Amino acid sequence: MGKLTIQELEKLREKAREQLKLRTTGETRGKIIVHMGTCGISAGARDVLSALLEAIEKKGIKDIIVTTSGCAGMCSREPMATVELAGQPPVKYVDLDKDKIVRILEEHVIGGKIVKEYALGIGSERVG
Amino acid sequence: MPYRLNLMICTGTACVSNRAFDIIEALEKEIKKHNLDAEVAIVPTGCNGFCAQGPIVVVQPDGIFYQRLTTKDIPYLVEEHFLKGRPVQKFMYRPPERKEPIPVMSEIPFFKDQMLIALRNRGLINPENIDDYIARDGYKALAKVLTSMTPEQVIQEITASGLRGRGGGGFPTGIKWKYCRQAPGKEHYVICNADEGDPGAFMDRSIIEGDPHSVLEGMAIAAYAVGAKQGYIYVRMEYPLAVKRFKLAIQQARDYGLLGKDILGCGFDFDVEVRRGAGAFVCGESTALMASLEGKVGEPRAKYIHTVEAGLWMQPTVLNNVETLANVPVIILKGAKWFSSIGTGDVSENPWGGSTGTKVFSLAGKVNNTGLVEVPMGISLRDIVFKIGGGIPKGKKFKAVQTGGPSGGFIPESLLDLPVDFDALTEAGSMMGSGGMVVIDEDDCIVDMARYFIDFLKGESCGKCTPCREGLRAMSEILNRICEGKGQEDDIDKLEELGRTMVDCSLCALGGSAPNPVLSTLRYFREEYEEHIKQRKCRAGVCRALITFTIDPEKCTGCRVCAMQCPQQCISGEAKKPHRIDQSRCIKCGVCYDVCKFDAVIRK
Repeated sequence: MGKLTIQELEKLREKAREQLKLRTTGETRGKIIVHMGTCGISAGARDVLSALLEAIEKKGIKDIIVTTSGCAGMCSREPMATVELAGQPPVKYVDLDKDKIVRILEEHVIGGKIVKEYALGIGSERVG
Repeated sequence: MPYRLNLMICTGTACVSNRAFDIIEALEKEIKKHNLDAEVAIVPTGCNGFCAQGPIVVVQPDGIFYQRLTTKDIPYLVEEHFLKGRPVQKFMYRPPERKEPIPVMSEIPFFKDQMLIALRNRGLINPENIDDYIARDGYKALAKVLTSMTPEQVIQEITASGLRGRGGGGFPTGIKWKYCRQAPGKEHYVICNADEGDPGAFMDRSIIEGDPHSVLEGMAIAAYAVGAKQGYIYVRMEYPLAVKRFKLAIQQARDYGLLGKDILGCGFDFDVEVRRGAGAFVCGESTALMASLEGKVGEPRAKYIHTVEAGLWMQPTVLNNVETLANVPVIILKGAKWFSSIGTGDVSENPWGGSTGTKVFSLAGKVNNTGLVEVPMGISLRDIVFKIGGGIPKGKKFKAVQTGGPSGGFIPESLLDLPVDFDALTEAGSMMGSGGMVVIDEDDCIVDMARYFIDFLKGESCGKCTPCREGLRAMSEILNRICEGKGQEDDIDKLEELGRTMVDCSLCALGGSAPNPVLSTLRYFREEYEEHIKQRKCRAGVCRALITFTIDPEKCTGCRVCAMQCPQQCISGEAKKPHRIDQSRCIKCGVCYDVCKFDAVIRK
């Protein structure tokens, strides 16, 4: 890139911010956790995660964190994912594949409506 | 595609020497193995501050903090956390008094109580990538001053903020810029003082290594304010990584047109060059630094005429410290009012009226969490040493904290509630200095500490003026004599007289502040000097001539460990029977004291 003008500097800043966004533990609207235990991975959780990341980029979603966690305890229903939106109880989804996770993203995360067909239940186990 | 995880790995000098680059290599290999390279980014950052726990990796966006990693740990870490999403407890930080580790960085006490302005980008950006800096509002302040502020307005803003020189002098930055702007001259210059020479101080190095562009942007703003076209960075040879990152940053800024001719199309020209110094302590002093920059011997001159009027090549010159400059862009963006609301005192009428903003300290010595901390001015020394620093290791007793580098003073426990503030520290006989903080405990001898620093300064005195050159030599002689058990009745009086003369008569601040380690310890720990001289006793057991090692026959089990370790082989006795030390051959190395498991060796 050649010498910048003020406008070009601001444009570059916007672009660079995207990359940096996930480096801070800042405010987000929520997160999607893909369960990546050995059971999940062998049932196809890697594909689910990749499809999810791809869809998030395509739709330009900026306020959702995608993260992974271990086996959720129901190995028979893997791949699983948990959607945690701020201010709402977490929702666990089971028996996922590439298409299902994208639908969950569209309908639940963006649209605000839980995809009942794939949902196992609302809330988490009691901890402690 | 944006990365799902960012692994922020510290590549400051401390972590690099703890093999951070090997960790990066191992991470790359393992991440590739699991096909995670499109999802997980490895970002080398500058010093994260918690040097005691390096090498450090912070996993974002979750903020999970991993410490003391070795290459052996990496395969497990990558598979467990980055693939399977299970944060690994055993690599997390566990404070000494707790059983459970603390997973998240922001909850670790060391980080919790800090406030970052100069270090705002630490651990968040890759210092070798200008785009990262730009994303964090980099060069926005420069654009703002070039498009919407006159140089006078910039000076007014910096003056109103109360920003004072972070290199130790504490001179109001805005006033310095104003004098320089007003001074007539063919050309004006801006110099960044990166000649950090205090033993145990590494604030400036860490800022440069972690965020070089913040310093460059501060320099460009200073240049605009004083009307300079050329800037220099004077940095010591001992900081190779800092030099490398500065040079890279300058090149990147030039490529973007943020340095050079017609910056951002606004008609403002400014460029920067790096000049390396050979590492003489005195070259941190303004006039000595400028002499060295000109290629002359680094000696200070008398300052009847200040460097803001006749500095580099006898032209008006502004010299600012690294940390001062790193604060400037933030003040321009957030405003003087915001900055002056942090800290102590009131600077609205008088720029010397308080200490505003934050200060970076490097915490070293006998403290659990050695590292780099940035705290609001006015915080107590106790909070820094005990809350952030985590107290003294091995349950030992705090003795003193030295602030302000070798020519700072020692502050005793009774004054630990003193606020960190330019004027309060000077009043207590120490100084803010550049921000080195060395903690000493009951095992350190105060006379020996004073002797160490005086010997350091003796070697670093340039020798141009008599009070400093001869005063330090005489002080060193007396202190060495006291430590060797040959102290004389009137030695304390002599030290005080020498100290006063040096303060009054030295040419520059090196000589003027050099007696501080002696004068402040005489003020607060006089009885230890007296013990050394009159009773020939060193209570900390450091001064070899004044201590003896003996073996308590009641406690000795005759395990033979000390006898085998003794380099003089002067410990005798049969196995399972009490041993004895032959005093005539003992060199007082203390090995027996250290190796005895039964506390049978007595040091007196």
